[in-house]
Amino acid sequence: MRGIAPIFSYLRTILMVTLLVTVAACARTPGDQGEATPGSQQEFLVTVGDRVFFETDSSVLTNAGQTTLGAQATWLNRYSQYKIVIEGHADERGTREYNIALGARRAAAAVNFLVSRGVSANRISSKSFGKERPVAICNDISCWSQNRRSVTVLN
Amino acid sequence: MIILPTRRAVLKSVLGGIAGMAFASPASALVRIVVSGAEFTPLPIAIPDFASSDPEFGRQVADIVRENLRSSGLFAPLPVTAMPSVVGDVSATPDFAQWTATNVDALVMGQVERGAQIQSSVRVWDTRATQQIVGQSLSTDSTSWRRIAHIVSDAVYSSLTGEGGYFDTRVVYVAESGPKANRVKRLAIMDQDGANNQYLTTGRSLALTPRYSSNGTLLAYMNYDDGNPQVYLLDMATGNQQRLGSFGQMTFSPRFSPDGQTLAFSIESGGTTNLYSLPIGGRNPRQLTNSSAIDTSPSYSPDGSRIAFESDRGGQQQIYLMGAGGGGAQRISYGDGAYSTPVWSPKGDLIAFTRRQGGQFHIGTMKPDGSGERILASSFHMEGPTWAPNGRVIMYFSDPGANGGPRLYSVDIWGRNQRQILTETFASDPAWSPLLS
Repeated sequence: MRGIAPIFSYLRTILMVTLLVTVAACARTPGDQGEATPGSQQEFLVTVGDRVFFETDSSVLTNAGQTTLGAQATWLNRYSQYKIVIEGHADERGTREYNIALGARRAAAAVNFLVSRGVSANRISSKSFGKERPVAICNDISCWSQNRRSVTVLN
Repeated sequence: MIILPTRRAVLKSVLGGIAGMAFASPASALVRIVVSGAEFTPLPIAIPDFASSDPEFGRQVADIVRENLRSSGLFAPLPVTAMPSVVGDVSATPDFAQWTATNVDALVMGQVERGAQIQSSVRVWDTRATQQIVGQSLSTDSTSWRRIAHIVSDAVYSSLTGEGGYFDTRVVYVAESGPKANRVKRLAIMDQDGANNQYLTTGRSLALTPRYSSNGTLLAYMNYDDGNPQVYLLDMATGNQQRLGSFGQMTFSPRFSPDGQTLAFSIESGGTTNLYSLPIGGRNPRQLTNSSAIDTSPSYSPDGSRIAFESDRGGQQQIYLMGAGGGGAQRISYGDGAYSTPVWSPKGDLIAFTRRQGGQFHIGTMKPDGSGERILASSFHMEGPTWAPNGRVIMYFSDPGANGGPRLYSVDIWGRNQRQILTETFASDPAWSPLLS
């Protein structure tokens, strides 16, 4: 069972991303939660999910990852006005240069999956941050497993 | 009867012994000293303040020399308060009896004067043999007074160890500040002892993994200015920074060839990372590896004929060797865990690496054929070894994790004398310069 700390950390991450990404969030009142405008960035974050997670040193999409990316593809095919950037990340338990390459390989796995589900490759770019931009900060796997991720950012 | 070598002779043989360590017969007493390490005692040495028309300046220069030699772990400088005479004299033969009474084996007498240049004369004496080991006149330009102390330190170190020095050098590193999730990472440069720190990039974008060209005039590094990381070159004289070129989706992990004419680096395309080389100023990179894996962190042998690199083509990061023109890669690391960031010693005798094993990270060395592995330092996280130009000291960074940050450390190739290099911010990715003079 997961501890409380990582869940808080994850929620904090979602909250941070939400605040950063969407102006609409500023106007949001608690009663609006879960009723995001269809096709909005907020809806993408809340109902689809912007990120998938990987095992240590792996860029293989997990079943959960494929489910999330499948939902992303469906959503992106419906709202074709968005271009997207796939950010690949690694946890801090690897060396710097390898992790930059690993982040790129994870991003490529996500890109290939989305393309295989009909999202035009022209709409997608990718970028690797290696381990330079963690979202969860602690010295155990509860954080590392959140940092091994690819994040789909809408533009 | 056993004839004991002088402590100075032991110091020399300890420094010279590493290459012979694995070959020499275990019966050799000198080899035993090297392997155990524990038997080694730093050489007692006295360095009085340098004579000068500005006595304060003479004291400052001697302070730096004393600190340099102490920091090497090979010398034990006598406290000034225990010296029979506090200021050096380069024109007279020392009163050896006075100095041997303080139990020092070596004595450094120096003089230093400022003028159009800073000039220093230095004489190194063997107090037991009552002989001069070396006498030298040294100089540097007047704008960088600490350098004269480093140049003198190198002369003293070389005369007593038989090895090249490394004190008149600088270190480029990544200065890190701000919260971990959004940390600013910019290039900075300092003297090897941490003095004269300056920043080289603004921090607007992430700048990582700096490396020196062989003559120290150029830096290659990785910069996020263009979205994905790309290799950049920085001209140390002009400060001019420019992108190497547009190859593939992402370029990173740049390393100069020993002659400074060629850069080896990684190009990522569609999730696959291979190694390439490019003459400086060239436009068409030559592909060196062709795997569907991650091939990165190249390092040229000092003669330029071979490249060590890491690859996960076998499932996990391991170290491989190939010819500098590519092809025929042979794996050389076979221990448990993952091996990465190989860096060839400037002497050619060893390859330093990062190893992840047992939930810890380690800095170690192995011979170029993969044998003779030694772990020099271990912690929760450490990586990024870089060699002092004499191939006898390694700098790296270590990070406690969580909300802490990385700091720079050095250790000698026997795993002794681990020291932190003080920096005003968190610091990672050190790159040691060649000797400046």
